[in-house]
Amino acid sequence: MKWRFAIPAIVFIALCGVFGWMLYRTGAEGYNVSVLQSPLLGKGAPSFKLPRVEAMDQEIDSRDYAGKAYLLNVWATWCVECRHEHPVLLAIARQNIVPIIGLDTKDDLNDAQRWLNALGNPYVATAFDADGRVALDWGVYGAPETFLIGADGKILYKHVGALSMRVWQEQFLPRIQQGSAPVKPVGEGS
Amino acid sequence: MIVELGHFALVLALCLAAMQSYFGLAGAHTQRAQWMAVARSALVGQFVFTVLAFGILVYAFERSDFSVRYVAMTSSSALPAIYKFTAVWGAHEGSMLLWLLVLALWSVAVAFFTKAMPESFLSRVIAVLGVVSIGVNLFILWTSNPFERLVPAAVDGNDLNPLLQDPGFVMHPPMLYFGYVGMAIPFAFAVAALLEGKLDTVWARSLRPWTNIAWAFLTVGITLGSWWAYYELGWGGWWFWDPVENSSFMPWLVGTALIHSLAVTEKRGLFKSWTLLLSIFAFSLSLLGTFLVRSGVLVSVHSFASDPKRGVFILMLLALCIGGALLLYAWRASRFRSDVGFAMVSRESFLLFNNALLIVATLIVLIGTLFPLFIDALDLPKVSVGEPFYNLMFPLPMLPMLLLLAVGMHAGWKRADLSMVRKPLLIGAVIAVIIGIAIPLTGYGKAPLMTCVGISIAAWLAFSALIEPFNRIRRGHSLSPSVLGMSIAHLGVALFVLGVTIAKSYTADRDTALSPGSTAQLGQYELTFVNVKDVEGPNYTAAEAEVVVKEGGKVIATLHPQKRIYRVQKNPMTESDFLADWNRHISVAMGEPLGREGDTWSMRLQYRPLVRFVWMGALIMALGGIIAVFDKRYRTVAAKQSSPVTAQAAAKQGV
Amino acid sequence: MTRLWSFLLLLCLAVSAFAIDSESFEDPALRARYEYLTHILRCPKCQGETIAESNAGIAVDLRREVRRMLSEGKSDAEILDFMTARFGDFVLYKPPFSTRTFVLWFAPVMILGGALIIALVVIRKRTQQSFDDPPGSDASATEGNKVDAT
Repeated sequence: MKWRFAIPAIVFIALCGVFGWMLYRTGAEGYNVSVLQSPLLGKGAPSFKLPRVEAMDQEIDSRDYAGKAYLLNVWATWCVECRHEHPVLLAIARQNIVPIIGLDTKDDLNDAQRWLNALGNPYVATAFDADGRVALDWGVYGAPETFLIGADGKILYKHVGALSMRVWQEQFLPRIQQGSAPVKPVGEGS
Repeated sequence: MIVELGHFALVLALCLAAMQSYFGLAGAHTQRAQWMAVARSALVGQFVFTVLAFGILVYAFERSDFSVRYVAMTSSSALPAIYKFTAVWGAHEGSMLLWLLVLALWSVAVAFFTKAMPESFLSRVIAVLGVVSIGVNLFILWTSNPFERLVPAAVDGNDLNPLLQDPGFVMHPPMLYFGYVGMAIPFAFAVAALLEGKLDTVWARSLRPWTNIAWAFLTVGITLGSWWAYYELGWGGWWFWDPVENSSFMPWLVGTALIHSLAVTEKRGLFKSWTLLLSIFAFSLSLLGTFLVRSGVLVSVHSFASDPKRGVFILMLLALCIGGALLLYAWRASRFRSDVGFAMVSRESFLLFNNALLIVATLIVLIGTLFPLFIDALDLPKVSVGEPFYNLMFPLPMLPMLLLLAVGMHAGWKRADLSMVRKPLLIGAVIAVIIGIAIPLTGYGKAPLMTCVGISIAAWLAFSALIEPFNRIRRGHSLSPSVLGMSIAHLGVALFVLGVTIAKSYTADRDTALSPGSTAQLGQYELTFVNVKDVEGPNYTAAEAEVVVKEGGKVIATLHPQKRIYRVQKNPMTESDFLADWNRHISVAMGEPLGREGDTWSMRLQYRPLVRFVWMGALIMALGGIIAVFDKRYRTVAAKQSSPVTAQAAAKQGV
Repeated sequence: MTRLWSFLLLLCLAVSAFAIDSESFEDPALRARYEYLTHILRCPKCQGETIAESNAGIAVDLRREVRRMLSEGKSDAEILDFMTARFGDFVLYKPPFSTRTFVLWFAPVMILGGALIIALVVIRKRTQQSFDDPPGSDASATEGNKVDAT
C-alpha cells in the first residue's frame, strides 16, 4: 500500500538519468544537435549529369566514377564555411588517396570560376548545379557537406559542415581503407 | 564600479538566502521563535539585495555601459529607451536574474500576507523558497553572470534582436515568470506540510489564493506570448506546439488541475496526497522547462543560446529540489489519508475526472515534447513531433473534459442533486447544437463536422457557466466572488474554444505579387496595393506600403505594413499591419520586392475570423481566477496563530 | 562548433521576414494542398520551423519542389516520400507509424484509458465509504444541490 507513493520519485529519478545522458551526448566533442543523419547512408549515390564549372561545354557524369571510391564536396561561393574548408580540401587532394568531385550548387558561374582560379582547385571535376536540384537529391540542406562514396557506388559517410583534417583522418580514412559498411555520421567537430 | 556592486549584491543575497533557509528550517524544527524571525528578516534582506542587483543591471542598460558583456550583447546606443529596459531580460543571464527577482518578490508576499498558517509552517515555507533561491542564485553567479565585464569595452552593442523590440515583449516574460516561478509557492507549501507531517483544510485555504494568482499570471503570460507571436511573426499562427511553448503550457495544465484539487482538499479534506503530488509536479514542470530551454538539448526558435555546462547545473537543481521533495513525499505522504466518501455523481467525482483528464493532457504534451529528444538520445534516426500529432491527440482528453465541465460545475458536494439543472442544461444543449449548425452556415458558408462540434460545445459551456450567476441574481441571493470567479473563468473557456474553432476552420491566406494599383481578392474582401514609400525609424529604415481594404465596395481600412532593415544587425523584418476588429482580423505582410523597379512586392494577405476570442477567452479565464481570490473566506481568518489547534478552531468559525 | 551555430543562426535570423512566395496557385484545391504540405514539412536546417515559415535557402528550394510536384500531379504521399527519402523522417511534423514511434502514437490512448480506469476505481472505493465528516474534522462542505461554491 505504501509503496505506490514511491512511484513518482522512481519515475523522476529515471527521467533525470535520461536527461543526464542527453546532456552528456550534447556536450560531447563533435556533437551538433542540429545535424541530421542522412537516410541515404548505405544506399546508392544519386546519379547526376551536369556541365563542368571548369569548362561548361563538357559534362561530368557520375557514372564515370562508378567502381572507384570518391569524395563529393558540396560548396558555393556564398558559403562562408566553404572558404574555411578549402585549404583542407587542397591538402586532401594532394594526398591523392581518392578523387574529390565538387558540386557547386546554386551559384554564379563567374564567381565559381574565379574562386577556383584564385584559391586553387582541389577537384578532379566540378559539377555546376545551377538550381540546386542535384544537391537536393543528395539530401543537402546546408553547404558545405562532404560525402564519401564507396567503390560499389554506395554512400558510406556524410559530413555536414566544414571539413577538417581531424574529421578526414578519424572518419573518412578508416572507411576508405576498409571499404566498410556505413556508420552513423557526426556533425562538425570544433 | 557600480556594476561590481551589483555583483556583490547578488553574493550578499545568496548568503542571506542561506540564512533564510537554515534558520527557517532549524527554527521551525526547534520551535525557536527568534530563529524563525531571523529567517524572515533574512528573506527581506535577500529581497532588498536582489532588487538592488537587478536595479543595477537596469542602470547599466540605461546608461548603455558596453563594458558589461551582457549589455554589449543585447543592447545598442540607438535602441529606444523602453527596449533598453526590456533588453535586461532579452537573453539568458538577465532573464535568470529576473527569475530570481520574481522568486524573491513571491517569497516576501507569501511570508507577509499568508493568512491563518502558524509561524512554524511559514518558516518552513520561507526556508524551502530560500533553498530554491540559493540554487538559482548560485546558477547565476557560477555560470550566467550578467555583470561580467567585457575588456576592452565595446564601442557599441550588438542591439536587441529586432523580433524582441516590441511592446508585447515588455510584458510577456515578466508575466510568464510570475506564473512560472509562482508555482514554487504550492511547492513550498507542499514540502512544508510534508516536513510538518500535517495537512488540513486550513492549509488548502491558505494556499488557494496564491495558486490562483500564480495561475492567472501564467495564463496571461502565455496569452501575451501567443498574441505577440501572432502579430509579430506575421504568418497568422498563434500556437506552434514548439517545445518551449509546451514547457510553459504544461505547468499551466497542472496548475489548473491543482486549483481544482485544492478545492476538494479545502472543502472535504480529500485528495490530500494527490494535491501534494500536484504541487510538486507543477513546479517540477517549471524547472523542467527552464532546463529544456537553456541546456542546449532542444532545438527551438525560443531557446536561449546556451551550453551543456548550464544544463548540468539546472539538472542538478532540478534533481535536488524535486528529487528531494518526491523522496519526502514517498516517505510521508501515506499518513495523509482521509476516509470519507462521496457519491458517483458528486462535485468531488467531477473534479476527480477534471484532474484525471488534465493530467492525461499534460502527459500527452510531455510525451510529444520529449519523444524526439529520447529518440535522438538513443541514436535512432530523428523524428519531429508537431502540430499534426497534437491536433489529433490533445482533444482526446479535452473534449470529454469540456462536456463534463458543463455539467459538473453545478454538482454539489458529497451527493449531487442535478435535478434542478437537468432541464436548463438539456434545453441549453439543444440550443447549442442549433447554434453550432447555424453560425457556420449563415456566418461563413460551410459547416464541417468538427467546427459544428466545437461551436456547440462552446455555446453549451457558456450557457452553463451563466446559469448559476443568473439564478442567484434573479433570486436576490448574494453572488460571492468564488461563484462569480468560477463562472467567469468557465465562460472564458467557452469563448476560447469558440475562438479556436472558428479561427481554425475559416482561416484564409493568400500569397500574391502586387504592383501599385493592383487588387487581390481575399474571400469577400478586396485589397488594393496603392503605393510604397521609404520611412526612417529610430534604429531601422523601412519600405512602407499602403493597402486599402474594401468589403462589398466600401473601404473598411487602410493598412501600412512595413519591411524594416535594422541598422545594426542588418536583418530584414516584416511588420504586418492589421485590421483588428472583434470578429475578424485582416492583415497584410510584405515579402520581397520583385521585378526591376522594385515596386512590385510579394505580399501575404490573411483573414482570421474571431481570432481575438482566443486571447480574450484566455484573459477572461485569468480574470475569473483573480476574482475568486477576493472571496471573504480567504480574508476572514484570524492572524497567524502559534499553535495549529487554535488555527483550526479559527478556521471553523471563519467560514 | 560555435561557427557552425552562428552560420546556421544567421541563415535562420531571417525568420521574421517569413516566406512569402510571389506565385500562387490558381486552383484552390492545389493551393489548399500546398498550404497543408508546407505546414507539415519541417525545414531541415532551421530551429523548428515549417518550410512555410522559414526563409532559409533550403526552405525556399523545398517549397519550389512541392510546388513543382503538385503541378506534376503527384499525390501528397509521393511528395512526402520524396522529402523523407532525402532528409529522413525528421522533416515530417507528423511522425510516421513505425516500431520506433509506436510508443508515441499509442501512449495517449493508453494513458487516457489508464487514467479513466484509475478514476473509476477511486470513485468506487469512495462511494462505499461514509459521507459524513468525522468528528473534529474541519471540512466545510455541505451536502446536496446548494452549490456553496468551489
